Amino acid sequence: MRKSLILGAIAAAGVAAGAASAATMDDVMARGKLNCGTNTGLVGFAAPDANGNWDGFDVGLCRAVAAAVIGDPMAVEFVSTTGKTRFTALASGEIDLLVRNTTWTFSRDVDLKFTFLGVNYYDGQGFMVPRGLGVASARDLDGATVCIQTGTTTELNLADFFRVNNINYEPVPIETNAEARQQYLAGACDVYTTDASGLAATRASFDAPDDHVILPEIISKEPLGPLVRHGDDVWADIVRWTLNALITAEELGVTSANVSEMASAAGNNPEINRLLGTEGNLGEMLGLDSDWAVKAISAVGNYGELFERHIGENTPIGLARGLNAQWTEGGLLYSPPFR
Amino acid sequence: MTTFTDPPKEPTFRLSMLIYDTRYRSLTIQCVALMGFMLLAAWLINNTIVNLATLGKPVDFGFFRDPASYDINQRLLEYTSRDTHLRASFLGLLNTLLVAVLGCVTATVVGVVVGVLRLSRNWLVARIMAVYVEMFRNVPVLLWIVLALAILIESLPKPSDFRGEDPAATMALFDSVAITNRGVYIPEPLFSRSLGEVYLLGESSLRFAVSLDLFLILAVLSASILTVRWNLSRAKRVQELTGERPVTWHVTTGLLFGPTVAVLVALGFHLGYPELKGFNFTGGTHLRNSLIALWLSLSLYTAAFIAEIVRGGILAISKGQTEAASALGLRSNRIMSLVILPQALRVIIPPLISQFLNLTKNSSLAIAVGYMDLTGTLGGITLNQTGRELECVLLLMLVYLGISLCISAVMNWYNRTVKLVER
Repeated sequence: MRKSLILGAIAAAGVAAGAASAATMDDVMARGKLNCGTNTGLVGFAAPDANGNWDGFDVGLCRAVAAAVIGDPMAVEFVSTTGKTRFTALASGEIDLLVRNTTWTFSRDVDLKFTFLGVNYYDGQGFMVPRGLGVASARDLDGATVCIQTGTTTELNLADFFRVNNINYEPVPIETNAEARQQYLAGACDVYTTDASGLAATRASFDAPDDHVILPEIISKEPLGPLVRHGDDVWADIVRWTLNALITAEELGVTSANVSEMASAAGNNPEINRLLGTEGNLGEMLGLDSDWAVKAISAVGNYGELFERHIGENTPIGLARGLNAQWTEGGLLYSPPFR
Repeated sequence: MTTFTDPPKEPTFRLSMLIYDTRYRSLTIQCVALMGFMLLAAWLINNTIVNLATLGKPVDFGFFRDPASYDINQRLLEYTSRDTHLRASFLGLLNTLLVAVLGCVTATVVGVVVGVLRLSRNWLVARIMAVYVEMFRNVPVLLWIVLALAILIESLPKPSDFRGEDPAATMALFDSVAITNRGVYIPEPLFSRSLGEVYLLGESSLRFAVSLDLFLILAVLSASILTVRWNLSRAKRVQELTGERPVTWHVTTGLLFGPTVAVLVALGFHLGYPELKGFNFTGGTHLRNSLIALWLSLSLYTAAFIAEIVRGGILAISKGQTEAASALGLRSNRIMSLVILPQALRVIIPPLISQFLNLTKNSSLAIAVGYMDLTGTLGGITLNQTGRELECVLLLMLVYLGISLCISAVMNWYNRTVKLVER
């Protein structure tokens, strides 16, 4: 009798361990909180504000997902991850969703067993140098000391760029953006390299941003986007279509200001109606309420609002829309239709 | 009248005796515990393998043959980003061993000096040593490492400060050493008539080159040392036979320096000085900040523990020994070196082993300062780029286990040679 009890307990533990990976949505619902992995602190993308609340462009997507699933944009537990720890945190189930300036690559998608759900920022790797160095091009950096965040794709691009151009450099591997900032400002490295958006964000946090220039070369494609674990398509669909909802909302002119009015009754445009749940049952298909997109948009605004508020040209970071404009405006943002 | 007694019964074995018979009970409990432990281990391993297979990531070490694609700044052997992950890990291992050896030697020297000085009768010296020991022992080593790097980066001049007509910083030691916030550049030994290098292990990931110059110098030096020792033992024999010790110091000096200097001249030995070119100093040997910060903080931290061990070892020798030695007319430094330390070593060495192991394992904090040790390469970038967490971490543990067991084996052997021989 006792023996069978122990065996039963072991078997139950085994089943529990096996089942932990599936049904992320149920876990999130039961927990009442979304565990979202973000940066350790990159102004504009993900950083705690003066009151200790996480805020930023990436943080906005986490809040939108929380609003769509749980109904409360504040029901997010932010887990700050470094370039090194982020994948382990996601693979182990510590976080449900990773939105951390993470580049969509083949091996991360296929070999690391993650699912990338789209692109929320089209980026590329750049270089920042002090203006006093008088460097105009990245090809003039022969023999320079370069600060680089370890565990990132930028580390690999950097090695390739210098090897292909047949120039030497000295890499200084560092863990976080804050350490890079310290070493760069103290002159322990001549150059800091990371995604151009990250450079702009870091430069904006300097005392004298104008003393530093971002070189014209962009040496790689860095499509940054949210990702989840392989094998939970229901959860993947929810995050993917939340992002698409924000992008489509901008395209259709739905903003946080007018969304509640537009959602109060079905309007003329059937796509807006389907997006906002006044027509059809898209929300139900996702396993969510019919006004899931309304909650997400009213919580953080559409993609354009999110961009302008955190990293746009009127913020200290001052990024232009560039590639991240809607496809109708000559950019690459192109959400599949809500149909 | 006859009496009947039952023939002594054959002791029959019943299952219940496994529990109620004290002869068997302990064995039974041990067997059951062992089986339970093995079942638990088997379940854990099986669970891991099954879960990884479900995730689509079966255990596979094939990634070691793929190109690493990242650069390593601090390296003892040649390496490019096209080399394999195995070579990157190998270089990381060498970096771990480098900082471990440097750290153990420095920590021992500093620890012994501080341990002896803390027993000094000079109140000020003893107090200063006590403050040093308590400060380093009671603050986590990670903080010391980070602090050391921050001090190096923030307080030392940038390479560009050495530039211009009236530079803000100048090189030290007759313009031969440049101390910058990117590290220290010291002159490097060069040979104008070099014998070249021998490349071993062909094209494999573990290939390395041996400098024939260094090999020759070491060979000549060890031959000199052997001859010196032979000469000293001859002098001792003569002393025992005749009572007069022949003068040996001029032979010793000549033998130690003569042949080595001759070889150095023959090879065309000269120093290559660092000079400021472009963004950085070039030429010379570059000791990076990360290495210096890690080395210094690990050494000073561990030295504080070693100092206490040394102090304990010396205090363990009874005061009567010192008094007896001075009654024989020995001076106090000879008492220390001939009477106290040889006995104290027996007490000191076993705990010293674990301090060496601690230092080696603490060197895995290197990533805090960006020093590319084994944890930084195999357990850091390689793990991150390939996503093979289990394989990398298991291998990492295995390598650290191997290093630690080797250190223990060597130190245990040394302990046997100095320990009290009992008859």
